[in-house]
Amino acid sequence: MTTAPTSALAVTGLNKAFGGVQAVRDVTFALAPGELLALIGPNGAGKSTCFNMLNGQLPPDEGSIKLYGHEIIGLKPRQVWRLGVGRTFQITATFQSMSVIENVQMALISHHRRLLSMLPFAGALYKDEAFALLDLVSMGAQAGRPCGMLAYGDLKRLELAVALANDPKVLLMDEPTAGMAPKERIELMQLTADIVGQRGISVLFTEHDMDVVFAHAGRVMVLNRGRLIAEGTPAQIRANAEVQAIYLGSGAVYKTDEDTAAGAAP
Amino acid sequence: MDFLFIQFLNGLASASSLFLVASGLSIIFGVTRITNFAHGAFYMLGAYMAYTLTEHWSGALGFWGGLLAAAVAVAIIGALLEIILLRRIYQAPELFQLLATFGVTLVIEDLVIQIWGAEDLLGRRAPGLKGSVDIFGQAFPTYELMLIVLGPAVLGLLWLLFHKTRWGVLVRAATQDRMMVAALGVNQARLFTGVFALGIFLGALGGAVQIPREAVHNAMDLQIIVEAFVIVVIGGMGSVLGAFLASVLIGELNAFGILLFPKISIVLMFLVMAVILVIRPWGLLGRPESHARSALGTAERPIRPLGRGGRNAVLAVLLVLLILPVFGGSYLLNVATEVLIFALFAASLHLMMGIGGMVSFGHAAYFGLGAYGVALLVKFLEIPMAGGLVLAPLLAFTGAVLFGWFCVRLTGVYLAMLTLAFAQIAWSIVFQWDAVTGGDNGLLGVWPAPWASTPEAFYYLTLAICAVGVMMIRRIVFSPFGYTLRSCRDSVLRADAIGIDRQRIQWLGFILAGTFAGIGGVLFAYLKGSVFPDNISIPISVDGLVMVLLGGIQTVAGPVVGAGIYKALSIFIISETEFWKLILGTLIVILVVAFPQGVVGFAVDLFRRRDPDDGEAGEAPA
Repeated sequence: MTTAPTSALAVTGLNKAFGGVQAVRDVTFALAPGELLALIGPNGAGKSTCFNMLNGQLPPDEGSIKLYGHEIIGLKPRQVWRLGVGRTFQITATFQSMSVIENVQMALISHHRRLLSMLPFAGALYKDEAFALLDLVSMGAQAGRPCGMLAYGDLKRLELAVALANDPKVLLMDEPTAGMAPKERIELMQLTADIVGQRGISVLFTEHDMDVVFAHAGRVMVLNRGRLIAEGTPAQIRANAEVQAIYLGSGAVYKTDEDTAAGAAP
Repeated sequence: MDFLFIQFLNGLASASSLFLVASGLSIIFGVTRITNFAHGAFYMLGAYMAYTLTEHWSGALGFWGGLLAAAVAVAIIGALLEIILLRRIYQAPELFQLLATFGVTLVIEDLVIQIWGAEDLLGRRAPGLKGSVDIFGQAFPTYELMLIVLGPAVLGLLWLLFHKTRWGVLVRAATQDRMMVAALGVNQARLFTGVFALGIFLGALGGAVQIPREAVHNAMDLQIIVEAFVIVVIGGMGSVLGAFLASVLIGELNAFGILLFPKISIVLMFLVMAVILVIRPWGLLGRPESHARSALGTAERPIRPLGRGGRNAVLAVLLVLLILPVFGGSYLLNVATEVLIFALFAASLHLMMGIGGMVSFGHAAYFGLGAYGVALLVKFLEIPMAGGLVLAPLLAFTGAVLFGWFCVRLTGVYLAMLTLAFAQIAWSIVFQWDAVTGGDNGLLGVWPAPWASTPEAFYYLTLAICAVGVMMIRRIVFSPFGYTLRSCRDSVLRADAIGIDRQRIQWLGFILAGTFAGIGGVLFAYLKGSVFPDNISIPISVDGLVMVLLGGIQTVAGPVVGAGIYKALSIFIISETEFWKLILGTLIVILVVAFPQGVVGFAVDLFRRRDPDDGEAGEAPA
């Protein structure tokens, strides 16, 4: 036991290769309870691969992932969810043939372990709880709309409500604001920060929008070519020369394998 | 040894014919995602056309030219069909095109009989290839040798086409990602028409080259279509090389299977397919089906419990059904009983494919197992009717437990084909196990108990059981389990991320659907007084699909209405005219084009249009 069990999520020595490409290399970090931790990095840095290993979608080649001290490697996504890890996707995944509220009710039905029940009307179950969750993300007014008719930003909100349905301890959010208008992004992230603050949920999120990251993350980690290269407060990351080189246009992200920090400026 | 080698060559020759047909089917599916049920009909049309042309044109040039011209002519018909019919329904729900091509098949079957007559036609032998060559002291027909060469030659030409021409590269690109190709500014309509024509050309050529080998007859289409589907699935959908390998495999399997396992030769092909799909879920050279991008704005309307209008309609229908015996004689009651049974059958299939997202090409298996269950109970245990009604569905239940366990490991078309494989395995077991099932002669003497033996009594019994069954299915659809089943259909990713075990849920859905179908089968056996292998055969499965799609797959009431329309129509048309296939097929095509959401889907749309608040309003459904 190298990590204290007090971490919400303790990741040690995570590795994943696809064929010859080492997508994630020796990633080690801890998510403290109640923390809002951002994982940033350029395209192809391995953020989504990391995420998919954290909730069990992809098996890692090596490493350990502990949820409050409990090893979760080898578990399927549905088992990881039962342990209290919610997930939102980069490209939203919702139930298209259901209304907005039914999407939330579905998650609640699963949370209350009523999946196999064949007698009650599903539409009448956990309605108040579902409305409360929708109100939380300001979607209460759209509860009855078919999910397929929602604007993209609203789908993202709906995903957040669904992810909150099982009272998660940890929330994994893959690009929660991707595809949204700038104003919406700030609003949604502010909303997320408020909710997780109230509920004491720990959040790990990836994000491309640096404004969102620097405004809301408590701590930021930078992933490049599968490797964590920097970690610190938003201010520290903003000042980090290596990160600047990656983000602010050395253009040398893929120039050398080992060291991109010294990349020549264009 | 020599004999085995000749048998090996025979296998290769039939593999070439199979490859021509299967490659066409595979190319069409790969690009357009159309499951072209009419492919067998075009194959048959190719054979008939080639017969006529080679009868009129003399000489070697006339013969070979005739074969080619026949294939080209059929390809042109195919292209026209694509332009006139299929283009209108690419946006319709999945599998709707299957229904349209099924209608086309019926039409072609009848037209062929009208034009060429019902008798088998013997075509000309190929000039220059009439003789045989001596191989290890055995005579082997030269024409078969030519066929052996033809398969690899066509494979080579297709490879050149797909790798060395711009058009071919576009086709391959579209097979991988249609939307991307469209986004690159390629004229998709023209590409689809071209691909469809090429596929039909190959299928028709496959039929044309048969004429020196076997008589041309009007059942060639169904014979070949199932084999072609099996090959396409074994090879991997969209893969031409895979289709070739699978053709050789099936060709040789047929050639040697008959020697090694004469008892189970019919089922061998399906057994092999089942094994391959369980080991390689996307066939030999297929790729996992890429996650279809859910295009925004193409939303499905959430299904809802009936409103007041709908409930009144159901009550009215029930009332009419209750007083039907007052008006109708025993013939009408017989027809009505059969329609009711198929309404339950269609509702059970809809639970599986509409709600569960598991398309079944073999739902007849559970219907047939129910029917045989009761016949066997009567034959061996002399179980009275009450016992039969309760116990017989257990056979369907058991079959669904067993087959479903394998099927839910797959998804999409591969799952559908595995259901077909299991249905065919069940069919050949009852067909060939004479001692127990009576084989082709079926089992007779399955009569209802005296209290239910009048048409009225049996009608009311059926009405009660089927109405309760359909209501139970509806109840399940709107229950938490029904929602869970639907969630697995909508998004496996999301379902998994909220704690839902897709395979377990779908397995349970599969079992429920199979059991309800089995109850239908039990009633059917009592209605007819006998069971035959036909009760478990492909046409029953296809009937079920047609009913569900016709009624509307995205509605819950649709399948029941579809069953009523289709069954009543087909019974009526068959009794009134000898052109029933032509009329029924045309009707299906018209219905598909007029109501791409199904009949009930259309009605619901109409109803909701008057009530614009519905589904758009900010309120939750009450």
